[in-house]
Amino acid sequence: MSEETPKPDATPEVKPAEAKPAAPPPPPPVTYPRSAGVTMAAAPKASLSRFLGDAFGLFKGMNVTMRYFRKPSRIVTREYPENRGTLKMSERFRGQVVMPHDEKNEHTCTACTLCEKACPNGSISILTTKNLASKRVLGAFVYRLSSCTLCNLCIEACPFDAIRMGHGFEMATFTRDPLDLILNKTEGR
Amino acid sequence: MEALKTSAPALPPGFSLRETRADGSQEYFLNMGPQHPSTHGVLKLVVRLDGETVVEVVPHLGFIHRAIEKMGENETFVQYIHLTDRMDYLSSHINNLGVCMAIEKAMGIGVPERGEYIRVLVSELQRIQSHLLWWGAFGMDLGAVSAFLYGFKEREKITQLFEELCGARLTMNFFRPGGSNADVPEGFIGKVKELLEEMKFSLDEFDTLISKNMIIRERCFGVGRLSRERAANYGCSGPVGRASGVDFDVRRDDPYSIYDRFKFEVPLGSNGDCLDRYLVRIAEMRQSVRILEQVVAAFPEGQYRSKEKASYKVPAGSYFSAVETARGMFGTYFVSDNSFKPYRVKSRSPNFSNLSALNEMAQGGKIADLVAILSTLDLIIPDIDR
Repeated sequence: MSEETPKPDATPEVKPAEAKPAAPPPPPPVTYPRSAGVTMAAAPKASLSRFLGDAFGLFKGMNVTMRYFRKPSRIVTREYPENRGTLKMSERFRGQVVMPHDEKNEHTCTACTLCEKACPNGSISILTTKNLASKRVLGAFVYRLSSCTLCNLCIEACPFDAIRMGHGFEMATFTRDPLDLILNKTEGR
Repeated sequence: MEALKTSAPALPPGFSLRETRADGSQEYFLNMGPQHPSTHGVLKLVVRLDGETVVEVVPHLGFIHRAIEKMGENETFVQYIHLTDRMDYLSSHINNLGVCMAIEKAMGIGVPERGEYIRVLVSELQRIQSHLLWWGAFGMDLGAVSAFLYGFKEREKITQLFEELCGARLTMNFFRPGGSNADVPEGFIGKVKELLEEMKFSLDEFDTLISKNMIIRERCFGVGRLSRERAANYGCSGPVGRASGVDFDVRRDDPYSIYDRFKFEVPLGSNGDCLDRYLVRIAEMRQSVRILEQVVAAFPEGQYRSKEKASYKVPAGSYFSAVETARGMFGTYFVSDNSFKPYRVKSRSPNFSNLSALNEMAQGGKIADLVAILSTLDLIIPDIDR
């Protein structure tokens, strides 16, 4: 039907050479199957040999368990509270936020409040104070672990590397109070 | 008989049972969940039963509703990324990717070559990890507890890789508009190569343990059938749709990132029963391994992220992106009014659509089959409620 209707912009029978740019080449044909059937087409007929074969399959499955039984070195169990001393978290592990202090007990936070703005949950509050030169410095870095989702956005926002994600993960407490933390030990200078 | 009828407590609105039969037997309701172990979360199913036969299944949702879409309206675009971790927590990398792609589409941000490879690498690892957890939980739902241990032993290796990569094991928050949060750590690709070799061995082991197990096969074959037409009507996607013969995979049919460069097949079933859904997922893991082999072979050097912006102000308009998570098509829809925060966020979650087919699949079957059907649907409840 569509072949009979003339197209409005049908090209004439004889066209002058180089009148039109060459049509874009068709997409290359797909040379490998794009979909692969995985179905068991129909239920296999019940027979004695099939039953024996299936029952043998159960023993083959059991043999997997026996392989692990014979070769315990492939077992990867680690006993957590006992291995606490040797447990090493990976370098990028995201535990609770900590503020590193140098040997003079000083930190690099300038109270710019970028982390406070980046936090999706309002877990960080920067309380500022003034130093002797009446410059605005960090008074207290209030961090509420109870509402923190450990999303790493505050660390990404910090231009001074004043805070980072610690490796502590045992954060359970009996009351809510220990979860409100003040990260800085000294006021900013 | 008459006395029994009047003394029965009144049913809540919306619930009805058929008349008591002449022999005194009648249908009854059974609450499955929200604390049932085989519902994999806080899903409550009200099952209307006739003896052991399922007459109707009505899912009750909302036990883990957190209004993530509404929360997204009060957070900036980049802050919203970490909330999508908490929807489908087994596909959190892929959910993050969907959000990032919508932002990139809106702002015209490009992704460097290495960034794209990282995205495919991590997405496919995530898919394998999710299917491994499903495989373990599937075995356990059908009574094979050891499968759970084997599945989690393999999954732990991938989770360790993710911990090295982004510091988290479940809530990743790794992808950002224009690339990712960080580059892959040193020696990561070598570890992935080792993992792929182990995965091939493990997948064969899984076949020996469960796929060729006659008990599992008998329990799954022909159970919970869903026809191709009905699967398409319900909007089923992912392994559930493909097991019914819906030949659709976002990675192939609407290729995002650089999926069009890799050779892979889309496993397809035709019976639409539990066994097909099982076989499709096992075949998908093999295909993911195949994609990962191509990725690590051609992993390029270079930047992992295009130039970071100080803030992401999305121009007014509406933007949509679709990704293929381990459970199907995950869509992210943003409406922006030219500000730093979205005006409206909508997520198209695959689990919600897949769950809607449950009633039709379970009708007429036994209550024990309902557990098998639920398990092969592979539902993540926080993704249904959001």
